[in-house]
Amino acid sequence: MKFVLTVSALALVAALGTGTAFAQGRDTIQIAGSSTVLPFASIVAEEFGAAFPEYKTPVVGSGGTGGGLKQFCEGVGENTIDIANASRPIKDSEREACTAAGVTDIREIQFGYDGIVFASSATGPDFALTPAQVYLAIAAQVPVDGALVANPYTKWSEIDASLPDQAISLAIPGANHGTREVFQLEVVDAGAEAVGLPDALTAEEKTAALTTFRQDVVVEISGDYTETLARLSSNPDTVGVFGLSFYEQNKDTLKVATVNGVVPSADAVASGEYPVSRPLFFYVKGQHLGVIPGIEDYVAFFLSEGISGAGGTLEAAGLIPQPADKTAEIMAAFEAGAM
Amino acid sequence: MTDTPRVATLTSAERTRLIHSGLRRRHLSEQVFKGLGLAAIILALGFVALLFADVLRKGVPAFVQSNLHLAVTYDPAIIAVEPAPIREAGQSDADFRAVSLKWQRDVALLNWNKVVEASLRAAAPVGFEIDSKQILTTAETDARHRIRELFVADPTLLGKTVEVEVLASANAANWIKGNIDRSLPDTQQQLSAPARALIDQFTANGTISSGFAWSILGNVDSRAAPAAAGLAGAFVGSLFMMLIVVVLAVPIGVASAIYLEEFAPKSRLTDFIEVNINNLAAVPSIVFGLLGAAVFINYFHLPLSAPIVGGLVLTLMTLPTIIIATRGALLGVSPALRQAALGMGASKTQMVFHHVLPVTLPSILTATILGVAHALGETAPLLLIGMKAFVASVPATPFDQATALPVQIYLWQGNENRNFFEPRTAAAIMVLLALMITLNGFAIYLRSRLEKRA
Repeated sequence: MKFVLTVSALALVAALGTGTAFAQGRDTIQIAGSSTVLPFASIVAEEFGAAFPEYKTPVVGSGGTGGGLKQFCEGVGENTIDIANASRPIKDSEREACTAAGVTDIREIQFGYDGIVFASSATGPDFALTPAQVYLAIAAQVPVDGALVANPYTKWSEIDASLPDQAISLAIPGANHGTREVFQLEVVDAGAEAVGLPDALTAEEKTAALTTFRQDVVVEISGDYTETLARLSSNPDTVGVFGLSFYEQNKDTLKVATVNGVVPSADAVASGEYPVSRPLFFYVKGQHLGVIPGIEDYVAFFLSEGISGAGGTLEAAGLIPQPADKTAEIMAAFEAGAM
Repeated sequence: MTDTPRVATLTSAERTRLIHSGLRRRHLSEQVFKGLGLAAIILALGFVALLFADVLRKGVPAFVQSNLHLAVTYDPAIIAVEPAPIREAGQSDADFRAVSLKWQRDVALLNWNKVVEASLRAAAPVGFEIDSKQILTTAETDARHRIRELFVADPTLLGKTVEVEVLASANAANWIKGNIDRSLPDTQQQLSAPARALIDQFTANGTISSGFAWSILGNVDSRAAPAAAGLAGAFVGSLFMMLIVVVLAVPIGVASAIYLEEFAPKSRLTDFIEVNINNLAAVPSIVFGLLGAAVFINYFHLPLSAPIVGGLVLTLMTLPTIIIATRGALLGVSPALRQAALGMGASKTQMVFHHVLPVTLPSILTATILGVAHALGETAPLLLIGMKAFVASVPATPFDQATALPVQIYLWQGNENRNFFEPRTAAAIMVLLALMITLNGFAIYLRSRLEKRA
């Protein structure tokens, strides 16, 4: 039984020693954030590991844009992440949190676009939506004759005769997703503008009118798109909000809705014809450059023609590439260290 | 009993009747109780059977992979790269490493898709019309890495043609296995019509064949090449965590139990500690995850997503279980054994380690294995310490980033390539369940063996 004593003593020493044992330095790039960017970043990470034998394959976590930037802004050092993936630009409040924690050198990299689509069950009727109709479907209060009243609509056909005779039910991304911000801006706000809010509203009332949704028919999804998909299969009447790339992977069960009469496709998003799209970003912690090996090469590799350019690996995975001169501009700004 | 005086006054016929009716009632209630118990067992087993049947039905097809047999030509026109560097006399290790890394990177940046495309076209029937983008969707995207790695390992392949077996793409596998409805129109299919036709041709002429999916066991996770995604990284991650749990939780747990049971004076303080250990055993695992994130990552600055942190968190979670089980076992040891040892002049330590502990060893071992098996399946605390990241490598040490088996199931379940990953998820569940059953079986075997000996 001496053995047990020896082992326990050793184990205790080892447990206490781990804090100091990890002084060797991290040599793997740590990434976290947006679940929309996750598939793209994971593919780049794998290809990066394959193309650069001297570096380890970066590790990519999810957590949504908000979650990723929160981790990103926790501070500088080896136990904080190096890169945050985002499907919207960083907010001022997040920048402040970063600065407060000592993360002062934040470099923004925009690498392409993603479309946001409305999709419903492939067996259901077709939807041809406009932002105004979506606004009327989800807002808690809608303007009728110059005053806000509780939303009276229960079926799509009541909003517009061209829409299917189907109960209104929507699954939208939760507030932790960058997609939500784009949805708010490009669909809800644009829809409210088209409908026309009463002039008498104060700024506060207006914000409330734009951001208060009906709890009975709107479900906010904080998980991944597969959760939205599960919601659609449990209630086939639901219209879900997805990324274009996710829809393209699941065309067998999903039917996409047109917005303003435009069918969402990579071309329609790239040309700006399809209204609901957003740029995709990742943020690099400048203070980790030169500390964690490979970050500069990862950024250059990500932005290279063969990866995020037209005809590149990521386009095949559903990314909508941005013009090459825009990419060159961003790469130059990154190298110059500009914000 | 209260009936007895009344029964005594009755005639014998009435008494018999009364006894019989009471008997019937008692027998009936016994029958009802037995029936309910049996129904409960059937219901529980039914659910288990349903679960297993569902997992097996979904998961078994994932253990079959579609292989593409290609004759790959290393065409010097495409592979325009300088010859591999050869170590010169007097060249230092670092210099040679730098030169050969540069060469490897040059090789990696070549357009290997052209090589893959050429070999796919060579395998396709003569005159088959399909564009480059479509033909490449039939092979998994890691094919070019496989082909490149062969070249890096043996640069003399330049200009030669070799037989290479690569994986068919995930979408191709879906098409072959029928995971996707074949009757759907073109607009709802992930693969274009020519690509689907080519896959059918390949299947017919033997270019594509099915085999046991070693990829699922031997490969690391992959997003770029879904068909090549495997459990190797997660398995090693889980293994490291289990080792840490065994190395830390067993000695600490057993030692604390022995101290509390055999040496500590009975006082309010030890009572308080005992109550708290029992409480700790009931704490939801996610709380241990929060604690781990706060203490090990934010305070001790241990790396994110590393098995060392996962192992420490799971150790904390398993400790109370082991302490309670060990104390229970120690309590069960007859006082006569202790008194005999002490009576023969043994010290208290000798009494514990020479006499009491060996008797309790089977129980402690069983509790340990069950505790470890429980920790193996634990997911919630791992999500909070960053172990749900996408990791495409096998961790070499517990300090490297890794995932764990249950977390890998969670990650695959959320993958957007749903038709392909639903079976993969079920297959991963089967692997995890098999490990659990093995561990539990081992625990039962050990207990019965050691108990026989004791």
